[in-house]
Amino acid sequence: MSSPKDVRGVMLAAVPSLRAFAISLSGNVDRADDLVQEALLRALANLDSFQPGTNMSAWLFTILRNLFRSEYRKRRREVEDVDGSYADSLTSLPEQNSRLEINEFREALKLLPPEQREALILVGGSGFSYEETAQICDCAVGTIKSRVNRARSRLAEILSIENANDFGPDRETRAVVNSDISNTRRS
Amino acid sequence: MGKDKPSRQKTKVEEPESEVKRVISLEPNIKAKIGQQLRVMYGEVVAQGVPDRFVEILKRMDEPKARDTEE
Repeated sequence: MSSPKDVRGVMLAAVPSLRAFAISLSGNVDRADDLVQEALLRALANLDSFQPGTNMSAWLFTILRNLFRSEYRKRRREVEDVDGSYADSLTSLPEQNSRLEINEFREALKLLPPEQREALILVGGSGFSYEETAQICDCAVGTIKSRVNRARSRLAEILSIENANDFGPDRETRAVVNSDISNTRRS
Repeated sequence: MGKDKPSRQKTKVEEPESEVKRVISLEPNIKAKIGQQLRVMYGEVVAQGVPDRFVEILKRMDEPKARDTEE
């Protein structure tokens, strides 16, 4: 059995990542922080249902995800950071360019179906394996793989079609995207 | 037809429009770009560390069981 201190350490260590996940789910910092808080409280209240030796981080993500989903069902997407309060809260990026790029990216993410978005974020952002992600999302590994693939395709589509010129700072990417897009449009 | 079309490779054969789009989305550099954007976006938040309110919540777990009712 792990001591409360160990558990606390693991939970603390998971908080930054939980917040990042929650923000990308809800698009709103305050809501995300409430979500993280609720998830932690729920985890603490149910510590005895956690199986020592298994991945506590994945367990916490599972709790948070379930909370979000039940909340999401309740109020669909009413307010999704309409005025960019989340974007405003971040000042750390050095270049205006990257700032814009990331904001566009975040907007594009919102257009994905929730299942695809969360799968992509868990794998690409949180760094969970497909297996862990499948466990968190309570579905088959193959399902996660296909969600991630579809999410990537859709994102590439949204970003390149809506903003072929700005997507990607390097010329190569731009050239590829532009030429392919114009081909697509011309024919 | 298309029975053994490799799904990963970019096939630069002439394809209908919808197919072209799909090939674009699988370009490795775009995939890498998406991965990078994801990590930047995620990393920004992670870099903020642990806000105090969460430290407080977790501190409480050291205290002997008292009031769980917060809300």
